[in-house]
Amino acid sequence: MKRPGRTVAEIVTVLIALVVAFPLYWMVLSALKPASEVLSTSPRPWTFAPSLESFTKVLTVENFGRYFLNSVVVALVVVTVALLCSFLAATALTRFRFKGRTTLLVMLLVAQLVPVEALTVPLFFLMRQVGDVAPAFGLNHLGSLMLVHLAFGLPFAIWMLRGFVAAVPVELEEAATLDGASRFRFTWQVLFPLVAPGLVATSVLSFIHAWNDFLFAKTFIISAEENQTLPLAILTFFKPDQNDWGAIMAGSTLMTIPVLIFFIFVQRRLVSGLAGAVKG
Amino acid sequence: MTAAAPPPGAAGKPARRKGKRDGRAAIGYLLPTLLVLGGLLGYPIYQLVLISLFDYGQEQASGGAALEFLGLGNYQTLLGDPQFWQVLLQTVLFAGFCVVATLLVGAALALLATRVRAVPRMILFLAAIGAWSTPAVAGSTVWLFLFDTDFGLVNEILTGVGLDGFASYSWTYDKYVAFGLVSAQVVWCSFPFVMVTLYAGIKAIPGEVLEAAALDGASTVRTMTSVILPLLRPLLIIVTIQSIIWDFKIFTQIYVMTGGGGVAGQNLVLNVYAYQKAFAASEYGLGSAIGVVMTVLLLGVIVLYLRALRRSGEEL
Repeated sequence: MKRPGRTVAEIVTVLIALVVAFPLYWMVLSALKPASEVLSTSPRPWTFAPSLESFTKVLTVENFGRYFLNSVVVALVVVTVALLCSFLAATALTRFRFKGRTTLLVMLLVAQLVPVEALTVPLFFLMRQVGDVAPAFGLNHLGSLMLVHLAFGLPFAIWMLRGFVAAVPVELEEAATLDGASRFRFTWQVLFPLVAPGLVATSVLSFIHAWNDFLFAKTFIISAEENQTLPLAILTFFKPDQNDWGAIMAGSTLMTIPVLIFFIFVQRRLVSGLAGAVKG
Repeated sequence: MTAAAPPPGAAGKPARRKGKRDGRAAIGYLLPTLLVLGGLLGYPIYQLVLISLFDYGQEQASGGAALEFLGLGNYQTLLGDPQFWQVLLQTVLFAGFCVVATLLVGAALALLATRVRAVPRMILFLAAIGAWSTPAVAGSTVWLFLFDTDFGLVNEILTGVGLDGFASYSWTYDKYVAFGLVSAQVVWCSFPFVMVTLYAGIKAIPGEVLEAAALDGASTVRTMTSVILPLLRPLLIIVTIQSIIWDFKIFTQIYVMTGGGGVAGQNLVLNVYAYQKAFAASEYGLGSAIGVVMTVLLLGVIVLYLRALRRSGEEL
């Protein structure tokens, strides 16, 4: 009696999966269709003439490569710095006993709840001021985006890494110190490699956070078109008279691929990381 | 700071000395983080409240005019504006709907995933990971394209099955239809997080617990409500809070899919409204006041949710 029920459940599961995956299929398919076929009033769910027309167009004609590179640079810098900062902070908050530790932890939790989008106005003025001192980190420059994404990624990154740092047995630290290793050496030579899975999961989240940002790029990069990032570049293909859907889908595909690769690689770790963050 | 720690088991004075050294080391380890968070989160929050108390427009921003202290003037303007109340109501309903729908879909599919064999489950998870990893802008554009008036597949299919009313039907013209479309996209890209997290949670429940329930003759529903749900409680709290945080401050989907807030601003939510006020109308003071309202509202919702949980006897 149990078998038929399970078969029905499995058919339903696969059907749901197809519906969920369909928008992605449509995105890639439309990116691969020739322009004439994309703008057809009776679209077909396949194509007889796959072409790289749309990809070539966004990558060459519209300077899309530059925007892609901008997004990559911002995301990589944010990930690297966020990892270093959050690893040190998580270590201190998990393994050291000091005054104000609990207060700091609570503040980090609250910081995650602050709707960062609400801070757009003060951050805009702050970046303008920063630009007077260090132009590379001011308005219209990628540095401003890096700073903002770093600040907003850190609280969650620290909170998530804490679980991983806490999971390293205290005995290991005691053994290391008995062997004469300084706290600094222990941190980098023992702890750092051991929490690598946590670092991977954290880096993915920081990466996605920076990669997906639309609001701050829109607000901070006002007049320097060459410093725009991917999300805004895609929107330039929305035209009042006729949207260039082929180009929009090609751009969206290019934007999705790096995240998809990242996700497939670390999927398991991400889940254990989320669960670890919950437990910690 | 490089001195070896006291051997384990040594109590009293050495431990206190370790505490002091811990403090100094902690400052070093935490310094970069504290600088970043203080400068880019703490200070802007203070500034947000401050700016919201001033008449801060284009002239003030460019230094052409002196700042005028309004006190709660911006808030009065805001609370006296019927559009604000309309947007507030829309935000709460839209976000609330997205949260509930995301949780229901995610939980249902997590349960379904525990009932099927590995291959269908893997197919479902792969599809979910695809939706999960699609950036908000990319997800918004493809949904928009699917529902496009002239070139969209959905209208084509609907007219194909005889629903002629959908020829050249605009999914973003009517306020509720547009909100519905955006919600569908939001649920599509956020249910995977709920599904995967809850699935991991269900899998982590020891088999003996479920066996014991079965031996005691518990029904499926009883096992669900009395065994699985209480064990999943901490995870449910996390996914609910995350969903509330995400859905209350949606910007990209609304901005991209409804073209900046819909026909005549009918699809505005607080976040987009604040952006439009501040940067399109150059009313930075007013925009900041909306930001303050948004923050207070979001924190309020979460505090209420946590209190409700505590009242039901749940330790965090």
